[in-house]
Amino acid sequence: MRLLKEKAGRTVMFILTVLPTLLLVLMFFGLFRKSRAILALKSFGGLLFSSGWHPLRGEFGLFPFLIGTLWVTAVALVIAVPISLLMAVYLSEYAPRGFRDFAKPLIDLLSGIPSVIFGVWGVLVIVPLVGRIAPLFGRYSSGYSVLAGGIVLAVMIFPTIIHVALEVFSAIPFPLREASLSLGATRWETTRHVVLRKGSQGIIAACVLGLSRALGETMAVLMVVGNVPAAPKSVFDAGYPLPALIANNYGEILSVPLYDSALMLAALVLFIVVQTFNILARWFLVRAERRAE
Amino acid sequence: MNKRRLVERFWKALMIASTAVVIGCLLFIVVTVIWKGLPALSLSMITRIPKGGYYLGKEGGILNAILGSLYLALGATALACVLSLPVVIFLNVYCRKRSRLAELTRFSFDVLWGIPSIVYGAFGFVLMVYFGMRTSLLAGIVTVALLEVPIMSRAIDEVIKLVPRELKEASYSLGATRLETSLKVIIRQCLPGILTGILIAFGRGIGDAASVLFTAGFTDRIPTSLGQPAATLPLAIFFQLGTPFPEVRQRAYASAAILTILILFISVLARVLSRRYTKHVIR
Amino acid sequence: MNDVRSHLSIRNLNVFYGDLQVLKNISLDIPDRKISVIIGPSGCGKTTLLKSMNRLLDHVDEVRVDGEVLVDGEDIYGPNVEVTRIRKKMGLLSQKPQVLPMSIYDNIAYGPRIHGHRDRKRLDFIVRNYLSAAGLWEEVKDRLHHPASRLSVGQQQRLCLARGLAVEPEIILGDEPTSALDPQSSQRIERRLVELKKDYTVVVVTHILRQARRIADYIVFLYLGELVEHGPAQDVFANPRDPRTRAYLTGEIS
Repeated sequence: MRLLKEKAGRTVMFILTVLPTLLLVLMFFGLFRKSRAILALKSFGGLLFSSGWHPLRGEFGLFPFLIGTLWVTAVALVIAVPISLLMAVYLSEYAPRGFRDFAKPLIDLLSGIPSVIFGVWGVLVIVPLVGRIAPLFGRYSSGYSVLAGGIVLAVMIFPTIIHVALEVFSAIPFPLREASLSLGATRWETTRHVVLRKGSQGIIAACVLGLSRALGETMAVLMVVGNVPAAPKSVFDAGYPLPALIANNYGEILSVPLYDSALMLAALVLFIVVQTFNILARWFLVRAERRAE
Repeated sequence: MNKRRLVERFWKALMIASTAVVIGCLLFIVVTVIWKGLPALSLSMITRIPKGGYYLGKEGGILNAILGSLYLALGATALACVLSLPVVIFLNVYCRKRSRLAELTRFSFDVLWGIPSIVYGAFGFVLMVYFGMRTSLLAGIVTVALLEVPIMSRAIDEVIKLVPRELKEASYSLGATRLETSLKVIIRQCLPGILTGILIAFGRGIGDAASVLFTAGFTDRIPTSLGQPAATLPLAIFFQLGTPFPEVRQRAYASAAILTILILFISVLARVLSRRYTKHVIR
Repeated sequence: MNDVRSHLSIRNLNVFYGDLQVLKNISLDIPDRKISVIIGPSGCGKTTLLKSMNRLLDHVDEVRVDGEVLVDGEDIYGPNVEVTRIRKKMGLLSQKPQVLPMSIYDNIAYGPRIHGHRDRKRLDFIVRNYLSAAGLWEEVKDRLHHPASRLSVGQQQRLCLARGLAVEPEIILGDEPTSALDPQSSQRIERRLVELKKDYTVVVVTHILRQARRIADYIVFLYLGELVEHGPAQDVFANPRDPRTRAYLTGEIS
């Protein structure tokens, strides 16, 4: 009886264990199957690089959305990478232990805050702020803009980059720092020449992970970025990133022919791009580990 | 000599400023949401459903979203537990350290973990259409559960990995089967870690909007069966924040405050749990 | 013994890790241009004493130091001291060789560059000079720009020695510098240290008694954080005054 249970348990667990991999495959093919309808009519390249988005006329050019995604992500990275890395260095190399123990949970907390809440904050604080500062640069902006999206997104990816970077730094042996310090190097010199250099692969991985997180982030960006289907010309213009496109059109999705197919293609593209970056980041991390030995 | 000191000071100041920015943002967000939301919170807000449509109606509360979110997140977390726990146990107890299956599965979890929630939403939608379902609580639960599985599994896997081999061997040597060892020794040993993993997944599930947008729909009513659509807090915020009516926006602010407080509470609880119960755990 | 001018002295040094006192009221003069060897059972505070000499303890959490460490008569724990200048006076060899993540050349040039040497020719000279002093030049002269991590462990330790010498220190500190090395590489390091003592003051921590007998001019014996005995090596080895020293030297305590 006991052995029977053991066997049954084992079988059930085995079947369940295959599921995650299966889910991944299913996800890919599910989205692919749906997007075939539109790919049968138009070329993949044509869809990616044409900029007309008129669902009712059957035009589904994804180009403005790709550009929108790039803009917002780029702005987010420009803001988030230096700030996150500086904070990570501060926590790992400078901060007293008490402060480190205090700050780490706060970072976890930040990463646990739901996307919509960032969106609310963005709408209430960042959007008016951007609207206010745009005239200083000689431009008008409603505030709902690439810059607002980028700022909100930057705050959302702080925890990702900081977390990975901290792990990378803590893997660097302490005596290595001592070696540099004992030559009379200052802490910053030690950090720059030893810690950052030794951790370079890991730092790249941290940034790439932040990037892929930013690429897929939906709700917060959707709420502040303005959603105009044209490629933005400056950071004060509205943009329309890919995830926002998918999320924003759930209503009409079944009423317009090919619409669902086009959106699923967008989801598929997002899936592939994000995964490419994730795998790239993993590759860098593995290299970083090998280097540490 | 002085220049080097200056450089050192300069960078240190920059680092402290960055740290202040990050922590400041966190506080800023929480304070903004609570400050906007608290005045909107009232008894009627949390005990009534919206009147006259969530987008236009100026009266009523957000009970629909509160209950909808709880149903959805509880259901999804329960389902995710049923799917994750056995897998993680299988990986750690039955698989050999370097088995292909274990590596593939862990890799899949990592990949799934990195998929944006909007893609889960789209996939949930594909599934829904395939099975001929409409937007419903059930579809939402399934989609959110799929989203939670990798989060939960990875967290629990980290904990179960740390179970000392000697402990398992002690149980085997008493004649226990692997299943008995898993259920009676490993789960008990890792309980705090497992609970923490479940809480983290629950927090992620209840806060996610993009995945339920396609699948759970939105409604003014409180769902009474799995087949009906359900409102959720994140979507209550998203839809109602965009209206021109201040009264309706109040509902969005109230929802945001409740969601934020809930998430903060869960984070703190997870932290306390993982700290408190480690006392009884054999190291 | 008093006429030996000492540029490294320790006065009433106490070190605490949290509530635990690891060094108890240590006062000591390290003789110039000799090899002083700190011995004692593991956990007695040898490494802590060594690291207190160039303030590397600053970077360990929850450490408290009081007392004075005088280098050329200046208390390095004093209020207006520039730590980097103090550290520059002392080269450190750690237990495991810690090569910096850069080429062999840059490892040596790292210190001089930090301290303001930019001239390429001068740096070339420094690199060659100190690699020779560490007995490594012949082995690496053709691959100066290869990553230092590709050297063998023994070579890496000699590289670390050269790197330490390149900042022109007055004192060399060694924290069990041969513990990660094979016997042959250990012997090379020992031989280098003996050669270097004509120009430098050398302080080495070791737990290998035979090594202490081979290289020490001066012995410092620590036991449970206390300075039990110190004196010229022949005297201490030939007739230790304290029973604990005798017990340690005969292997009764370890």
